[in-house]
Amino acid sequence: MADDVTHRTGTATVAATPTAAGRVPTRPAAPGPRRRLSARWRKRLEILFFVTPALTLFAMFVVVPVIQAGRYSVFRWNGLGPMENFVGLENYANALRDQVFTDAVMHNLTIIVLSILIQLPLGLAVALLLNRDMWGRAAMRVIIFVPYVLAEVVAGVVWLMLLQPNGVVDAVLDAVGLGGLTQLWLGNPDIALYTVMFVLTWKYLGLAVILFLAGLQGVPPDLYEAAQIDGASWWQVQRRITIPLLGPTIRTWGFLSMIGSLQVFDMVWILTKGGPANSTVTMATYLINQGTNRSLYGYSSAVAVLLFGISLVLALAYQVFVLRRDNDDAPKPRKATR
Amino acid sequence: MTAPLTAVPGQPAPLTDAPRRRRRSFSGGSPLVYAAALVVVAATLGPVVYAILGGFRSNAQLAAEPVGLPDPWVTTNYLNVLTSSSFWRYALNSTIVAGITTVVVAVFGVMAAYPLARYRFRGREALFLVFTLGLLFPLTVAIIPLFLMLRDLDLTNSLWGVALPQAAFALPMTIVILRPFLMAIPKELEEAAMLDGTSRIGFFWRILLPLSGPGLVTVGVLAFVASWNSYLLPLLILSDPAAQTLPLGVATFSSEHAQDTAGVLAFTSLAMIPALVFFLAMEKRIVNGLQGAVKG
Repeated sequence: MADDVTHRTGTATVAATPTAAGRVPTRPAAPGPRRRLSARWRKRLEILFFVTPALTLFAMFVVVPVIQAGRYSVFRWNGLGPMENFVGLENYANALRDQVFTDAVMHNLTIIVLSILIQLPLGLAVALLLNRDMWGRAAMRVIIFVPYVLAEVVAGVVWLMLLQPNGVVDAVLDAVGLGGLTQLWLGNPDIALYTVMFVLTWKYLGLAVILFLAGLQGVPPDLYEAAQIDGASWWQVQRRITIPLLGPTIRTWGFLSMIGSLQVFDMVWILTKGGPANSTVTMATYLINQGTNRSLYGYSSAVAVLLFGISLVLALAYQVFVLRRDNDDAPKPRKATR
Repeated sequence: MTAPLTAVPGQPAPLTDAPRRRRRSFSGGSPLVYAAALVVVAATLGPVVYAILGGFRSNAQLAAEPVGLPDPWVTTNYLNVLTSSSFWRYALNSTIVAGITTVVVAVFGVMAAYPLARYRFRGREALFLVFTLGLLFPLTVAIIPLFLMLRDLDLTNSLWGVALPQAAFALPMTIVILRPFLMAIPKELEEAAMLDGTSRIGFFWRILLPLSGPGLVTVGVLAFVASWNSYLLPLLILSDPAAQTLPLGVATFSSEHAQDTAGVLAFTSLAMIPALVFFLAMEKRIVNGLQGAVKG
């Protein structure tokens, strides 16, 4: 009797309890103790049962393709027939020699830098604004987040319409007396990347704001009260209390923003397809272009591996130089406020 | 959204958006503050509102006066979209893809998170690491082999061919969010259930699953939105118009009708509506999910 309880609970502490013993017979679902598997095997089977579906799916559609990308990258292959034209690292060398690829890398890096230079101060400003007690605050918090929820394609098409020659953007500039600034926003190679950047900022500012607002809630209110008593100005309070305490949130957002900037595809594909004259090409659009439009699957895979390598290096560097501060000593920012 | 969100042990902070009745510190709204807020709102919503209103104008109106209210209001653009079978097919396909993705992610995710959270076994942390490493591999890196594999499996132009990989790529995030959630369920509850003679599987079904409802909803909403909005994978997999999803439809329509600005605006506006409605209904979940993900 005690036996068939223990094999399920794993511990003997339970076995003698009268309630447990009394109830067991009423649950025929429990397998008979005679030909039972050992508790250990049963546990293993359970683990297997729970984990297998996810693991299979994950292995099939994530792990295998990633490994395959590495394998394809050392072949010259158009996706048809056997893969036998082994070229070693030639694809990598070709990519690194290709001006368009290095341009793409530079564009991705530009997007990272501009995201931080523009979205960080802007996001902070809006978060501080929406953190005040003001009428309609809740609604504004929802509104600021709307662009983030729209598909990049949908947002991109709307902006494509707005930015077309003689479109709304030009009309608005005309109306406010800046008509001299109108131009081919997406057609001028000198401007196109910044136009794309502008649209990306519109799309992703809400994410920064929402994360910063969450961080602001972690700031203990008594700090503000103390500062108020000490007669600190609003600006002093933000600079000395809010922003230092927001540090971990900001650094986290920076990480997300960086990784996202490295992957940019949808928006660029919709707005410019990487043009004009490759002025907005990114690693992802380059990769897709080489892979699908030109069927250079080996070469394209090499670009994918390079993209992954660059992402990994930047992520690790960020981890070491920026996020480490958070890992080492979490209480530090608290002290910094003194 | 697909980006790695793990490596971030931020401070343990209260996430909830709700009762932040902080004693008013630097509160208040001067006219300047409201003006700034108004600018933010206008800049955020302007393009969306413009697109919706633009759909009610004619191309002649748009050309003559790029900015302005519809005069008269033209409904043909919207009617044309609403009566076209392709729009509804795109929407239906998107719903199916996002639905499959969500169900698969939620079911497989919570199943995998359960032993990772509540069983003790050798290799548990290693297994968890395998899934979290998935956060490092964005879809872009795997897209070419994935495309070729789906082609060989004859899953191109199949909604499963989009939904399953999408679910696979959403799994790491899901497990990373769900595991601490399941870990937080008190041990006593499990012991009590065992005392009453429930097996671990019974515990999973009868107690853990109902209790993890909120976590599952959050994870499901995030997966749904990501799948609904996705473009890259469908772009490669779904070449047959009959199988295309809404983002593909929007892209196709806008390039095929590039001259018909009003028509494109109407089509795009209608394509926005499901996402907007869903967002408004699930706003708390989406926001908390993202904030929670960042907090680790």
